[in-house]
Amino acid sequence: MIRILRFSILPLLAAMISCSDADETEDDNNTDSFDRGEMLQNWADNIIIPSFENFEGITQNLEAKTLAFTEEPTEAGLAELRSAYVEGYLGFQTVSIFEIGEAEAVNYRANLNTYPLDAEGVEEKISSNEYNLELPSSYDEQGFPALDYLLNGLAETNTEIVEFYTSHENAEVYKNYLQNVSERINALTSVVHSGWKNSYRDDFVANTGSSSTGAVDRITNDYILYYEKFLRSGKIGIPAGAFTGNPVPGAVEAYYSPSLSKDLYLKALETTQNFFNGRHFDGSQNGPGYGDYLDYLNTIKNGEDLSSLIDGQFVTINEQAAVLDNNFVSQVENNNNDMLAAFDELQQNVILLKVDMMQAISISVDYVDSDGD
Amino acid sequence: MNQWITSYFNRNTQSAPLAVFRVFFGFMMLASIIRFWLNGWIEKLYILPEFSFSYYGFEWVKPLGNFTYVLFIICGLSAFFVGIGYKYRLAIITFFLSFTYIELMDKTTYLNHYYFISILSFLLIFLPANAYYSLDAKKNPDIAFQKIPRWCIDSIKLLLGIVYFYAGLAKINSDWLLKAMPLKLWLPSNYDLPFLGDLLQQEWVHYAFSWSGMFYDLLIPFLLLYHRTRVFAFVLVVIFHVLTRLLFPIGMFPYIMIVSALIFFDSGIHHKILEKISRLFGIAKSYFDNDRELSFLPKKKNILLSFLSLFFIVQLMLPWRYLLYPGELFWTEEGFRFSWRVMLMEKAGYAQFKVVDGKTGKRFYVDNSDFLTPFQEKQMAIQPDFILQYAHYLADHFRKDGHENIEIYVESYVALNGRKSTSYIDSDTNLLEEKDSFKHKTFILPFHDQIKGL
Repeated sequence: MIRILRFSILPLLAAMISCSDADETEDDNNTDSFDRGEMLQNWADNIIIPSFENFEGITQNLEAKTLAFTEEPTEAGLAELRSAYVEGYLGFQTVSIFEIGEAEAVNYRANLNTYPLDAEGVEEKISSNEYNLELPSSYDEQGFPALDYLLNGLAETNTEIVEFYTSHENAEVYKNYLQNVSERINALTSVVHSGWKNSYRDDFVANTGSSSTGAVDRITNDYILYYEKFLRSGKIGIPAGAFTGNPVPGAVEAYYSPSLSKDLYLKALETTQNFFNGRHFDGSQNGPGYGDYLDYLNTIKNGEDLSSLIDGQFVTINEQAAVLDNNFVSQVENNNNDMLAAFDELQQNVILLKVDMMQAISISVDYVDSDGD
Repeated sequence: MNQWITSYFNRNTQSAPLAVFRVFFGFMMLASIIRFWLNGWIEKLYILPEFSFSYYGFEWVKPLGNFTYVLFIICGLSAFFVGIGYKYRLAIITFFLSFTYIELMDKTTYLNHYYFISILSFLLIFLPANAYYSLDAKKNPDIAFQKIPRWCIDSIKLLLGIVYFYAGLAKINSDWLLKAMPLKLWLPSNYDLPFLGDLLQQEWVHYAFSWSGMFYDLLIPFLLLYHRTRVFAFVLVVIFHVLTRLLFPIGMFPYIMIVSALIFFDSGIHHKILEKISRLFGIAKSYFDNDRELSFLPKKKNILLSFLSLFFIVQLMLPWRYLLYPGELFWTEEGFRFSWRVMLMEKAGYAQFKVVDGKTGKRFYVDNSDFLTPFQEKQMAIQPDFILQYAHYLADHFRKDGHENIEIYVESYVALNGRKSTSYIDSDTNLLEEKDSFKHKTFILPFHDQIKGL
């Protein structure tokens, strides 16, 4: 009997140990099953790192253009800086999903794109000349929304805006603030990008475990969170007043240059769809992604063709976007119903991603780590 | 037959198995409570949520704010006292009440094994588990008995048997046996297990697990009862539960079941276990071997036995209550809980609530994360009673915010066992016109497929 007890305790111990070690187990060379390591590699090497590489180039340019403008504030310089800002804001949409690794550690998305901007707060900080952009309380006083305000929102005309940097009593502080915002965007981007270039890439690709700390699980939760909260709600739902009943034009992304808002939305949408399909950042080809993973799992369970359904819904969302005004501020003010229709189309994919895809790949929603039975 | 019954209930046996059970139960419960605390779950599950989902009829049971910690301390302490057998009756009653209170605070956290702990501790209130190898028996020789009525130990076996057997019955359905669902969804995601990872991608493995799981649950109580198969059965118990521990996030439950299964063995092994413990802690076990036999007074015995019979009749009937409801049980979940339907289905859902002003027609959606934790939201989206309760809570909230003529609708989708998600709740029903009850909820949309079986 005692021998039996001993026999039973050994596997128990083994179970406990192997469970806690599950994260570190390497994927063995499966021949017949889906290679998640390859998918992670595709995500890292062909999508995420090239996106940051490209974006860091953009933010460097943004910082340089900002410097040029603050050294000699002219209307021509403002125009150039604005186009760098537009390029930067669009570029940001290609990296915003990936709030993992260094990006998560520095709260990258919150720093670069918390909107609506607290414009009053920015003005107060400038007039007192006391500010620290590194404080979490300053999230809504920096990043692209702050650039937007400083380049487009200070006054009606370009001449007047330039005057803030030349003849205004706080011109020096305006210049410094603008400079600091640009520098911080570039600096944080550089931190995140070098994180990937250094050790994080290898950690990420090697982390093929199935636990909630595995890279596939983590990034899938990030992906769906991004889609639901930042794409669906942030760009469309909240401005359209889907959660309050009243449209909130002030909550439109790029509120001070609102003709950019739809392009930002489309760029983010394109990024989420491409990531789903595993499309390389350079657009040359598709590598393994969620679509393939779902297709593989479907060979086991013979269910609905989820990957086509989801990709198809992305296409529908894009088609619906054709009726939207380039300027979301005037869209929600004049024809909010089309905006709400966009929300509904986006919603369809929340269901397919969050319910059907998550069930199919057997990943649970984040932070639900209690026991099951 | 009558004679056999009478003689059965007069039969005595060694107290040691029940004492071992009590010791292990107490200390495993203590460990569970500590583990729960260390995982930060008290805060996450009971303190942080601003809203909790009550059980119908138990709306008065609510988390107690920071006193919830005190509740867990009481629960842990009483488990410890049960383990050492000190003031046993008071300890086990306290444990039952505090543990059950914890479970009733929020049905989001419902697990069959928590329910099992609740009713097992309830049963233990009525058993003389402190008659042997306890501080109580040490202090008061009057209540120390080396032998107790046999039915005391058999009642625990019966309860364990019911849990397994009903869990097995629940697996007799077409999704489980003919489609190998939901194991087909769950097993492949364990691709990173050494040795097993590749195997778990194979379809035949999913079927093998499904069928053997069903047979295991149905047969294990009998294999444990029959002395010739007992050792083999215990090996199976260990393998089965270790496997479930490896494959699923299942907490302490496997260990509790493995240790509980020891009760099926003859007292020899239990004496050996107690000897080991005695040697470890320098306890004089021989003190308890007093050869005294416990026999209840006839009147007390009759009341006890009648009461426990009633308890077991309820246990045997409760899982069948789903038959009183129309529709597919897995879909409606009417009569799903308290029925040993363990790891039986994979359900995921999404519920978008819409608040409408009935007069002006103005409407807006609710951001669930403003009110619920992700865990609550996940459970809410797949269970109609949660959806209804939440709708009423939302109405109260928005009424306070000054909204008027509130109507609440939900657009919800549920995917069951790998089927594509479909509409779940009638989106034209104003949920505020519905009240929770044990009656069938007519606002649940029909399930467009069939799952045959029990």
